[in-house]
Amino acid sequence: MTTTQRIELTVNGRRRSEEVAVHHTLLEVLRDDLGLTGTKACCLVGECGACTVLVDGDSVDACLVLAVEADGSSVTTVEGLAGDDGLDPLQAAFLATGAAQCGFCIPGQLVAARALLALHPHPTRSEIEEGLAGNYCRCAGYEQIIEAVQLASTTSATSGSEP
Amino acid sequence: MTEQGVGASPERVGGLARVTGGQAYVADLRHEDALQVKLVTVDCARARIIAIDPTAALAVPGVRLVISAADLPDPMPRFGPQFVDRPILAVGETKYHGEPVAAVAADTLDAAEEAARLVRVDYEELPAVFTVAGALAADAPLVQDPSLRPGDPRSLSNVLREHRYGWGNVEAAVADVVVEHAYRFPMVTQFAIEPHGFIAAPDGDGIAVWSSIQHPNWLQKVLARLLGLPLAKVRIFAPDPGGAFGGKQHAKYEPLVAFMALRAHRPVRLILTLEETFQAVRRGAAEIRVRDGYRRDGTLVFRDVDADYLIGAYADIADRTVAKGSYTSAGPYRVPAARIVARSVLSHTVPSTAFRGFGNPQQIWAVESNMNEAARLLGIDPVAIRMRNLAQPGETFIPGDTPADGAWAETIERAAAMIDWSTPPPTGRGRGIAVGLKSGPTTGLSYSTVRLLADGSVVVYAGTSDMGQGARTIFAQIAAQELGAPLDWVTVIMGDTAVVPYDQQTSASRSSVLMGDSILLACRDIQARLRAMAARLESVDEATVVVDRGVVRIGDRSLPIRDVLVRGLGLLGGEIIGLGEMRKEAEPDHPLGGTAAFFEFNCTAVEVEVDRDTGDVTVARHVTVSDVGKALNPMQVRGQDEGAAVMGLGHTLMEHYIYDETGRIRNLGAIDYRIPTSMDLPLTMDSDIVENEDGPGPYGAKGMSEGALLCVAPAVAGAVQDATGVAIRDLPLSPERVWRALRDAESAVRPDPVEGAR
Repeated sequence: MTTTQRIELTVNGRRRSEEVAVHHTLLEVLRDDLGLTGTKACCLVGECGACTVLVDGDSVDACLVLAVEADGSSVTTVEGLAGDDGLDPLQAAFLATGAAQCGFCIPGQLVAARALLALHPHPTRSEIEEGLAGNYCRCAGYEQIIEAVQLASTTSATSGSEP
Repeated sequence: MTEQGVGASPERVGGLARVTGGQAYVADLRHEDALQVKLVTVDCARARIIAIDPTAALAVPGVRLVISAADLPDPMPRFGPQFVDRPILAVGETKYHGEPVAAVAADTLDAAEEAARLVRVDYEELPAVFTVAGALAADAPLVQDPSLRPGDPRSLSNVLREHRYGWGNVEAAVADVVVEHAYRFPMVTQFAIEPHGFIAAPDGDGIAVWSSIQHPNWLQKVLARLLGLPLAKVRIFAPDPGGAFGGKQHAKYEPLVAFMALRAHRPVRLILTLEETFQAVRRGAAEIRVRDGYRRDGTLVFRDVDADYLIGAYADIADRTVAKGSYTSAGPYRVPAARIVARSVLSHTVPSTAFRGFGNPQQIWAVESNMNEAARLLGIDPVAIRMRNLAQPGETFIPGDTPADGAWAETIERAAAMIDWSTPPPTGRGRGIAVGLKSGPTTGLSYSTVRLLADGSVVVYAGTSDMGQGARTIFAQIAAQELGAPLDWVTVIMGDTAVVPYDQQTSASRSSVLMGDSILLACRDIQARLRAMAARLESVDEATVVVDRGVVRIGDRSLPIRDVLVRGLGLLGGEIIGLGEMRKEAEPDHPLGGTAAFFEFNCTAVEVEVDRDTGDVTVARHVTVSDVGKALNPMQVRGQDEGAAVMGLGHTLMEHYIYDETGRIRNLGAIDYRIPTSMDLPLTMDSDIVENEDGPGPYGAKGMSEGALLCVAPAVAGAVQDATGVAIRDLPLSPERVWRALRDAESAVRPDPVEGAR
C-alpha cells in the first residue's frame, strides 16, 4: 500500500498542493504528477545533473530529494526560467553559442548555471567549470556551454538575481 | 539571408524547445492508460532457465501482464540488423548479465518494479566467456546456438566472422625496420544522457511505436516482419533522441513492448535506467597486433594487422563495425603491401553495437600508435613520417575504393601549426599527433519531400533523426537558401514513418550529405516547376528563366519566388511539391558492399603534462582539425568536432567497463563509470576546419561528426610517451595505469635511448 502525504510547493511561481507518494522523489513528482517534463531523468543517483532544479534558490538534484522533503519550498525548473519579457539571458546565450546540441542535459545545465550566476554574477572560467561540474553533457558541448554562461554574465545586469 | 543561409551559423532550428524544456523526448510523452514495464533479469551472465513463476508478481495490485519466453511464439521470434539472432526475451538460457528473461507491465512503475522482483526465476549458472582468450579457448562454451548459423563452418566456434583485406605481398616486402606491437582497446559505453525509451500502442489494425531510434524505417521493417504486419500498419514515431552516438541505431526492446502492447491491448512504456542502458549498448573491445615495415627514410613498405574485436552475445551491428572499421586499417597512407585480418569474437557480454567511429577508433588507436613508435625508432618527426606516406588528393590508396578525396596534408599542416609543432614543448610537457580516417557510407537511399506553400513558406519532410548533430538546422538552411524563404518560415518534419518518406538510416555522418543532397534535389524539382510557371506567366521561353537562391530571373529582371508563386498558383492557391531521391547504390563485388561516399579525415595534436607522482595526465592543449569540404553551419561543425574530441578523451583517459569473473559489470552506472565533465577538459581546446568544397554533399560538404574522435587516443598516448619516454599500449590512460607504467619503467635498467626525439 502506497503511503501518501499532501505537500505544498511553489513551482515556478505557482502554488501547488499535491498528494504525493512519500517514497517518490521531487523529480518523479515534477515529471509525473505535475507534468513538468522539462526536468530530465538519467542516472537517478545524483551524478549526471540532468534533473537539476532550484529549491529555495539552491541547485539540487531532484532525483536525490524526496518530494516530502521539499514541502513548503519554492522550486524553479527549466520551464520557469523565461520571464514575461522573454527568454532568460542564459537561455538566449545557450542558443547564441550553439550550446544546446541534443538538448537532453540542457535543462539541468541552465538551472545549474542560474544558480552559479546567482553566486558569482561574473564568474571566471574555472568558476564556471566548477559550477557545472555536476552536469554531464555527452555531446560534450562544454566549451560552448561555458561560453554561453560567460556571455550571459556579460549581457545581463539581472542575471545574478534570485529567481 | 546571409546570416541564415548555407555557410552561416543561425541558431539551431528546434533550439528554443531545447532551452525552455519543451522538447519532448520519448520519456516525456504521455499516453492515457499506459502500462509501465519493468524488465526481469537474473544475477549472472549465462544461466540455464529452469522455470519462471509469475504467480507472486501477478498478485501485486495493478499488475496486468507478466511475459516470458513461454508466452511468446514458438520458435522464439528473433531479430537483428546483420544476423537474426536476438530473441525478444531470453529463451532456454541467458547470454549476458542483464539480458531480460521476463517483463512485467503494471498500472504504475512502483507496481511493475515490485512485481519484477517477485517473478521467481529458477536457474542454473553455466560456464561463460568474457574475454578474447576465453572465447577462443579450445574448450570455450559456445555463445551462440550453432543452429542459428546453418551452413557456417565457424558455427562451432565463437568466431562469428573473420574479415580479410589486403593487397600487395606482405611476405615479400623488404623493410629496414619492422615495428611490431599489440594494443588493447576497452569496452566503453555510449552513455547518451537520455536513457533508451520505448513505447508501443495498438493503433487500429496495426501498431504504433515510439522510440529514440536513429533508423525509424529500419525499425519499421523489423517490427513488420516480427508481427506479420504490412509496413503500412507499423507506424514508428522517432522523437529526437537525447543523444544516440550509434547506440540507438537498431532495435533493442521495441519488439518486446510491441508484443506486450498487443497482448495487453493497451499502450505500454519501458524507459530504461542508465544501468540497463549500460547492459544494452557498448562499443566493441579490441586486441590488435600491428606489424609495420619501414625503410630507414620512414617510407612504409608493408602493414600487417591482426585484430580480435570482442563483441557481445548477439551480433547487433557489431560485426559490421569490425568489417568496416578494420577495412581502413592501412590508414590514409600509400601502403604497397597490406594484410588486414579482423575477427568478430562472440562473448557472454553486453552486445556491442555502433558507437561514434564505428570500429575505427580501436584500429586507429593501434596503427597510429604504432606509427608514432616507428617515428621514435627511426628518429623521424611524427609529422614528417605521416607526410611522407600520405596519399595525395586523387590517389587511390585502398585498391578498388574511392581515391583520396581531401586536403589531408593541409589538415595535418594546420594542426601542426596550431600546436606550434616546429618549436619544442615547454619543459615537462610532451606532444603527440595522430590522424584518423573513416570510410563514410557505402550505400544510401534518402527520399525527401519539400512543399513550397502558397505564401512562400516551406515544409521539409526528412527521415533523418536529429540526435544533436543538428540535421534539422542544416536541412532548413538548404531549403531556405534554395527557395528564398526566411529560416523561420521553414518547418522540418521528421520522425513519423506514416508521414515522412523513406530514409535508410542516420549513421556514418551521412545525413548532411545524402539527405542534404536529397533535399537539394527536391528544391531543384520545385525550382523547375517555378521556371515553367514563370515562363507561362511572363510568356517567355522557359530556357530564359533562371531560379537561383530564392529569386526568379528573367533576362535582367529579378522576381522574388513568392511573387511568381502567388500569381502562378492562382485563385485556388495550393502549393508546389518537390520530391528528392538520393541514392548510393550497392556494389556487390566490393568487400564492404560499396565504396566510400566520402572519407572523414581528422588530425589531432595534443600537449600533455604527466604527474609522475599520481599518473594523472593533463591535456594542456588539444588541437583538432577536420577536412569537412564545406561547413554548412560552422557553429554546429565546431560543436560536433569539439564534442567528438571530448568524447575521445573519455575512452582515452577514463572510460572502461570492468567485468568481474562472473561476467557482471563492476562499475555499472554513473557513480563508478566516469565520463568527462567540465572539470576534465583540456586547458585549451582549439578546433579548425579545412574547406575546399570537395565533398559529394550540398555545396561541397562532407560528413564530419565522427572524425575528431578517431585519433584522440594515439595522439594523447604519443604525447605521454614524449613527456615520459614510456609507451602505454592499453587504454584508458588512467592515473593508475600511467603510474604503474612509469614505476615499471623506472625499475627497469635504463630507459629508452632515443628519449627526447620526437
